[in-house]
Amino acid sequence: MRPLRHLTRSRSSQRSKAFFAHEHLYYLLLPGGCPSHTLDRMNFFSTIRLVIRTLLARKGRSALTILGIVIGVAGVIIIIALGAGAQSLVLGQVTKLGTNLLSVQPGKSNENGPPAQLFGIVVTSLTIEDANALRDRARVPHAVAVMAGASGSGTVIWQNSQIDTNFVATEASYPEVVTVEMRAGRFFSQQEDGGNANVVVLGSTVADELFASSGADPIGQVIKVKGASQLEAGGIPMRVIGVVSPRGSAFFQNQDDQIFLPLEIGQKQLLGIHYLQFVNLKVDSADNINQTISDATAVLMQQHHIKREVDADFTIRNQADAVNILSTVTDALKLFLTAMAAIALVVGGIGILNIMLVTVAERTREIGLRKAVGASNAAVRNQFLLEAGTLTSLGGLIGIVFGVAVSYLVSLLMNYIGYDWAFVISISSVLLAVGVSILTGVIFGLYPAFKAARLNPIDALRYE
Amino acid sequence: MSLISVKDLKKNYVNEDVVTHVLRGVTFNVDQGEFVAIMGPSGSGKSTLMHILSFLDRPTDGQYEFKGKDTREFPDEYLASLRNEEVGFVFQSFNLLPRTTVLDNVKLPLQYGKKKNHDQIARGALEAVGLSHRLDYYTNQISGGEKQRVAIARALVCDPAVIFADEPTGNLDSKSGNVIMSILQSLNNQGRTIILVTHEMDTANHAKRIVRLKDGAIIADELISRRTIATSDKELVK
Repeated sequence: MRPLRHLTRSRSSQRSKAFFAHEHLYYLLLPGGCPSHTLDRMNFFSTIRLVIRTLLARKGRSALTILGIVIGVAGVIIIIALGAGAQSLVLGQVTKLGTNLLSVQPGKSNENGPPAQLFGIVVTSLTIEDANALRDRARVPHAVAVMAGASGSGTVIWQNSQIDTNFVATEASYPEVVTVEMRAGRFFSQQEDGGNANVVVLGSTVADELFASSGADPIGQVIKVKGASQLEAGGIPMRVIGVVSPRGSAFFQNQDDQIFLPLEIGQKQLLGIHYLQFVNLKVDSADNINQTISDATAVLMQQHHIKREVDADFTIRNQADAVNILSTVTDALKLFLTAMAAIALVVGGIGILNIMLVTVAERTREIGLRKAVGASNAAVRNQFLLEAGTLTSLGGLIGIVFGVAVSYLVSLLMNYIGYDWAFVISISSVLLAVGVSILTGVIFGLYPAFKAARLNPIDALRYE
Repeated sequence: MSLISVKDLKKNYVNEDVVTHVLRGVTFNVDQGEFVAIMGPSGSGKSTLMHILSFLDRPTDGQYEFKGKDTREFPDEYLASLRNEEVGFVFQSFNLLPRTTVLDNVKLPLQYGKKKNHDQIARGALEAVGLSHRLDYYTNQISGGEKQRVAIARALVCDPAVIFADEPTGNLDSKSGNVIMSILQSLNNQGRTIILVTHEMDTANHAKRIVRLKDGAIIADELISRRTIATSDKELVK
């Protein structure tokens, strides 16, 4: 009967081993971490000291190990910060134009698609008569200001200076619809606009570049303006009556590299066209936007003798809708990029797993020795868990500093270039990055730590 | 009451249905203050016996009483604390931590114990083996004999009931080996129980009693009549 007894005995000892393994997993879920007697037996701070000493002994390897985590955490923070910065920039620009703004463009387009002009299709159906009809407060009561215009590129010449720039041919009502601050002089008046006076208002960049060498006061000077399609030398002489304050960039276009001149001169003499490229309406309040859209649609359909709304040869766009569409798109982009950075974090975690497994194998004899001199399984497990946790926390910390620094530098750079870029670090992005990095450390540190804790001290001491 | 008392101790290893009987019923006692050499050729089971006596392994069958208590039902965590408090190890290959100072190596067991004043206790243990002048040396900067003395200091630091020395002179030249044996003998003279595992007669003769093992069983258990006393070479100890 003896051999049978051996069998049952060894089986029961196996079962008790399995039970202990489960018990260890259970301890990890408790708030205290591990049972009090293991806490008594291994002083937490001495373990921390030990872990730091061990990691410092392998500086190069520790640094390489945490690199993955550093990149992952920094990536999450930078992407979220840049995403927030870009979003606020784009939305800020749209709002700066005014959310109470409606824009009429020639050509029919799908509700959510881009305007027909973007495809190079020239639609000539929008005219100054349409703009004048929209100005009728009896028919479109909530439109407080209407501004028609066309734009193109050209050249300005003064003495020996010559600059390529963009021109906006528009009406005197332009400053009523779009906020314009004057650095010097004034915008052109309704009389000048209606009388086709040869007057021009310069953007700040144009004025600075054109008059930089002479230092002359731009106001009152006569410059020559030439459209890009005009071949003959000379251009139209025009008197500078105002300079606009710097406005910064919007949609990657420098708003200060522009000149403004009366509509008809631009249309007929520079562009050689009779139609309009846009008509913008300012609505008295956001509540009346939908009413104004339907009023304007009715006026234009009557102007163009169109019976059914589906046949309309124009598109009316609302800035508030544009804001919504833009924020949906930027939100999706932000989420996508954050997911990419999170994948980088997981890859960094797998790097930790790899290194910890190597470390456990390399230090098998040390583990055997520690067990021989009294380290419990829990003490060995905690040591290796703490090592992985310290590596990832350190990586997370460096990643935060790095990520915040890079985000700040980018915001400085963007502001320097001229964008109104906000430096935004959200607490949630930092918490997310740190949480995920510590979690990866613990999750990917668990397996090597349990492997170390389960090593048989006799085999471990003999290990070569 | 004996310090160590084993009765009919057996250890089997099962590997793919092949059962290897390493210990086939070992019975003997060790009293407080003894210096016992366990001798035998390789494969005799002397290492396995030492592992069981030092709580690194459990017997398959038989009884092991330590200080009068049956160890069979002790849980793993308790065995770990017994290894810490009651047992000191000296290994053939020293097993010191690399990239660590002599003092920190000696402090290692204290890290897992309840005692305080680690620094003071570790310095005392190193003084006892004559290494006070090597405290801040790294373990790769000292000689083999000194390494083994560090290991003895580490074994002493928790004031254990018994020291297990597994071929302590196996990796040393005869002079350094002599110093180690003289330290072990002087520790024994101060009342410390020592169990020495070796296959060399010369080394075993430093003990007071020899237990001979062969094929997992005791074939002789006798007191040594003409014991070797290691001449403690003061120069080397210093």
